[in-house]
Amino acid sequence: MAANYTIPALTEDPDLRETPELTPGAMGHLKPFVAAPAHQEALGFPGTLVDGWEEKAVARLGELLGKYRSLQVYLDACVKCGACTDKCHYFLGTGDPKNMPVARQDLLRSVYRRHFTPMGKMFPRLVGAKELDRAMLDDWYSYYHQCSQCRRCSVFCPYGIDTAEISMAARDIMDHIGLGQKYCNEIIGKVHKIGNNLGLPEPALADTLEGLEEDVKDDTGHDVRFPLDVEGADVLLVTPSADFFAEPHVDGLIGYAKVFHQAGVSWTLSSHASEAANFAMFIGSYEQMHIIANRIRQAAIDLKVKRIVFGECGHAWRVAYSFLNTLAGPWDFLDPKYPVPQHILEFTRDLIRNGGIRLDREANTGMTLTFHDSCNVARASRMGDFEGGQFVIPREVIKASVPKFVDMHPDTIHDKTFCCGGGGGLLTDDLIELRVKGAQPRVSALKQVVEREGVTHMAAICAICKSQFTKVLPSYGLDMEMVVSVHQLVSKAIRLGGND
Amino acid sequence: MSYDVNGKTIDHDEEGYLTDLALWNEDLAAIIAEKEGVNMTPEHWEVVNFLREYYQEYQIAPAIRVLTKALTKRMGADKGSNKYLYELFPYGPAKQACKIAGLPKPTGCV
Repeated sequence: MAANYTIPALTEDPDLRETPELTPGAMGHLKPFVAAPAHQEALGFPGTLVDGWEEKAVARLGELLGKYRSLQVYLDACVKCGACTDKCHYFLGTGDPKNMPVARQDLLRSVYRRHFTPMGKMFPRLVGAKELDRAMLDDWYSYYHQCSQCRRCSVFCPYGIDTAEISMAARDIMDHIGLGQKYCNEIIGKVHKIGNNLGLPEPALADTLEGLEEDVKDDTGHDVRFPLDVEGADVLLVTPSADFFAEPHVDGLIGYAKVFHQAGVSWTLSSHASEAANFAMFIGSYEQMHIIANRIRQAAIDLKVKRIVFGECGHAWRVAYSFLNTLAGPWDFLDPKYPVPQHILEFTRDLIRNGGIRLDREANTGMTLTFHDSCNVARASRMGDFEGGQFVIPREVIKASVPKFVDMHPDTIHDKTFCCGGGGGLLTDDLIELRVKGAQPRVSALKQVVEREGVTHMAAICAICKSQFTKVLPSYGLDMEMVVSVHQLVSKAIRLGGND
Repeated sequence: MSYDVNGKTIDHDEEGYLTDLALWNEDLAAIIAEKEGVNMTPEHWEVVNFLREYYQEYQIAPAIRVLTKALTKRMGADKGSNKYLYELFPYGPAKQACKIAGLPKPTGCV
């Protein structure tokens, strides 16, 4: 299928990046598929747009303002300084001014002003206050689904206004009036019904894991296990279901298994919590987040594990690192010697440092790696017990696994990392135009190190990032197979057996 | 939203996936493939048939690795790779091949 949109030109040198020419309404046509009544009702939302949605939406906004103090601060605090305008990858890739973070915020802010501020109630036109009419609702649906909630803009905002939280609130309001997004809501329903985003039932999961044991045995001669629902294991590994299904995700899963095997740590996956992702965050639903997170608690209790480790998943790590205790704690039944939760990269790095595993860089000869910091790990969490651990630890593990590592342009890594273009519930085919265009800033920085430094591969630690890059890199003339999991590199480099 | 097959209309969703999987047949698969711009060769049918067999047993499409392994067994090592699957189904073996095989779309971070 040929693309019926223009693929943006790459920026030759990110140092010289220019603000794109403004194209008002360039992306106004793009709307993701609307959730069907069955998807909506499974989550307790109205099936279709309700009568009187205008008032009901405003009432829901009022509830959210009472619940989340931050939301009101963000809606009040903006001084229109413009610092955020050229920081969003979707704006940079599309030139649509409504994809400037401030304009995206203003879609909700203008309605807030109309109904919740004295000036907006009396003199709406003087303060940019607007009614929530059908045209505004259409803009909400369109442009709040063109925000990947990556929070890059908030790094540059002098007030720290978090557009992600505003877009989550807008999606929550739309869900509550019966206008949900199919991709997210269908998936959350699958988690409730089957246990994971993919809809992978337990027998299929067991069969897949058995197949992986055979593959690793064939490859290495070692009996590396992929245990499922093993009561009394030390570690419960919670990982995105894409790790069971997709490439290069599964190569990362094989890496985790080899690390556990070589370290001699007993571990298990759970068929009940066979998904790390928590898409409820993307739709701003605390209630749904709570239900999804509690599956992990239940699995940990049922399997009597001592610790919980998360696999390579960006927003799952945000939910785990930042909210797990509030959502599903207390975790006093786990072994207090270990962090709750722990990231697989922390686990692997500790083993590398204390000699628990040995890596052989020569196994990855010919590879020059760069690393894509995933937004939710970089900007919404931490890793390890020191500041910046989320940047240092993945790079340390990569450097221990490959002969050469090069970072991309400093404006595009660490907390200034660009989103892959598919995060926040946008990794869906109906938004492919946005995904391709939104990848432009990241791919520009990647291409620069490919051309100048001979980078051959880019590692990522998020299932969404891996799938997104695999899909969109060919649009920019790069090979889909240059995207790798960090633990895929570990998997190649690890020396199995005879490790004393 | 429907396909016309031998005078019958068969419903599909916004993306072209069948709403009733039981209504699939080979003529329909050929029509879906044509819409996708995929020219069905014996290798394509091999993939489609395996997807359907696996789905019958597990109610889900096989993981890419499970699929490539099965194809290696059936057609040889040179055809059991993710790259080869993309040659057959340029929009992605999981999604495009599932659509043609009448299976639901794999969802999530894939």
